[in-house]
Amino acid sequence: MSVYPYLVAAWLLGIGLYGVISSRNYLHLIMCLTVVQASTYVLLLSVGYLNGAKAPIFADIKLGSRVTDPVVQALTLTDVVVEATVVALLLALVIQAHKRYRSLDPDEMVRMRD
Amino acid sequence: MIVGLFGVALVVAGLVWAVTGLHSFGAEHSRYGYYTAHRAVPQRQTTNSVVAVAFDYRAFDTLGEEFILFISVVGVVILLRGLRGEREERPEEELVPEQRRSSESERWLGVALIAPVTILAAYIVTHGQLTPGGGFQGGVILMGAIAFVFLGGEWLILLRLRRGARWAEIADAAGAAGFAMVGFGGLIGLGAFFANFIPSGTAGSLLSGGMIPLANLAVGVEVAGATLTVLSELLDQRLLSGR
Amino acid sequence: MSALLAVELTLVAAAGLVVVMIREPARQAVALGVFGLLLALLFFSVQAPDVALSEIVVGSVALPAMLFLAIAKIGAQGARAEERAREAEEERD
Repeated sequence: MSVYPYLVAAWLLGIGLYGVISSRNYLHLIMCLTVVQASTYVLLLSVGYLNGAKAPIFADIKLGSRVTDPVVQALTLTDVVVEATVVALLLALVIQAHKRYRSLDPDEMVRMRD
Repeated sequence: MIVGLFGVALVVAGLVWAVTGLHSFGAEHSRYGYYTAHRAVPQRQTTNSVVAVAFDYRAFDTLGEEFILFISVVGVVILLRGLRGEREERPEEELVPEQRRSSESERWLGVALIAPVTILAAYIVTHGQLTPGGGFQGGVILMGAIAFVFLGGEWLILLRLRRGARWAEIADAAGAAGFAMVGFGGLIGLGAFFANFIPSGTAGSLLSGGMIPLANLAVGVEVAGATLTVLSELLDQRLLSGR
Repeated sequence: MSALLAVELTLVAAAGLVVVMIREPARQAVALGVFGLLLALLFFSVQAPDVALSEIVVGSVALPAMLFLAIAKIGAQGARAEERAREAEEERD
C-alpha cells in the first residue's frame, strides 16, 4: 500500500479525463479539468512526503528535524492560485462562445462550425 | 468516443506504470529538498522554508507563474469587455436598485466582515516568511474582503471615489511589475537576477528574509487585483472603475 | 502510511468521481467546493500547511465565486436571447 497515493493521483487523472471527453456541457468540462489539476497536486505532495516528518516551517520545531520537501510544496502552492485564474480564462471563453452560438454543447459547436 | 476512452486508458496505464517506479510513499527524501529546508533558516533567516523556496531560491519560477496569472486576466478582460461593448451601456441609476434587493442582515454581515478580513489578509501577506501564508493566499483573501464590500451593498462608495480609475487593474499590473522590479533589484545590487540583495535580518522577526517581504507584498497586491478584475468582469458591473 | 491518510485519499478519490458524475453545472460547483475542502484536509495530513491554506482559499472563495457568476451570466444571456427571439417572432406576426 505504499504506492496508494500515486494510484489515487492516477485515478483522479483518469476520471477527470473521462469527464472531459464524455462531457456535453462546457461548464462540466471545465470542472472536470479542475479534477485533473488536483491529481497533479496530490502526486507532487505525495512525492515530497516523509514518514514521521513535520511541515517545513521552523517557527516552532528545531532546526535539523525531519521535515517534508519544501520545493514541491512551493511548486504546488503557486500552482493552485494560478490555475484558478486559468479556469477564469476558460470560463470567459465559454461565456463568449455561448453568446455567439447559443449552446454549451461541445459536439453541437463542432457541427455548427462546418 | 471509443477512441477517446482508449486514449484515456492508455494515458492512465502509462501513469500507473510510471508511478510504480517511484520510491515507496514516505520512504526517502530528495536531496535538494533536504538541503533547501535546512539551509533556508541559516542563509535567509526565514522560518517558512516553503516561502523561501518560492520567493527566493526559485523566484524565477514564481515570476513565470505570476505572468501566467497576469496574462489570463488580460485574456478575461479582452473577452468579456468586448462582449459588454456590443450591447448598449446601462446608465448608472439602474445599478442602484441592486442595493435595495439584498436583505438587511446580508448587508450588515457584509459590512461588519470587511475590516476583520482585510486585517487577516494583511497578516497573512506580511507573515509569509514566518508562518504558513504569503502573497498568494493573502491576495485571494484580500479579494474576498473587497468582495464583502459588494455584498454589503456599499460599492457605490467605491464607484464615486475615483472616476475613471481602475483600481483592480492598476493593482494587478503594479504587483506584477513590482515582482519583476525586485528581481531587477537583485540584478543591480548583486549582479544576479533575483539575488537576495537586502540584508536578511534575524529569523522570527517581521523584516527577515531580505527581499521576501517585498516579493510577498508585490504578489499579494497582484493576486488581489487579478482576482478582483476577473470578478468584476464576471459581475458585469465594473466594480472598481468609474466610467 | 497511517489510517487517516488512507481514509483521506479514498475520500478524495470518491469526491473526484462524484464531481465528474454530476452533470448539472450548478450542483457540480457545490460538489467542487466539497472536493476542494477534502483536498485541503489531505494536504494538511501530508504536512503541507501552505498548500492547504492556498487550496482552502481558492477552493472556497475564488473558484465557486467565479463558477457561480459564470453560470448566472450564461443563464442571463440565454434568457435575454430567448426574449429577443420571442420579440422578433411577435413582430413578424
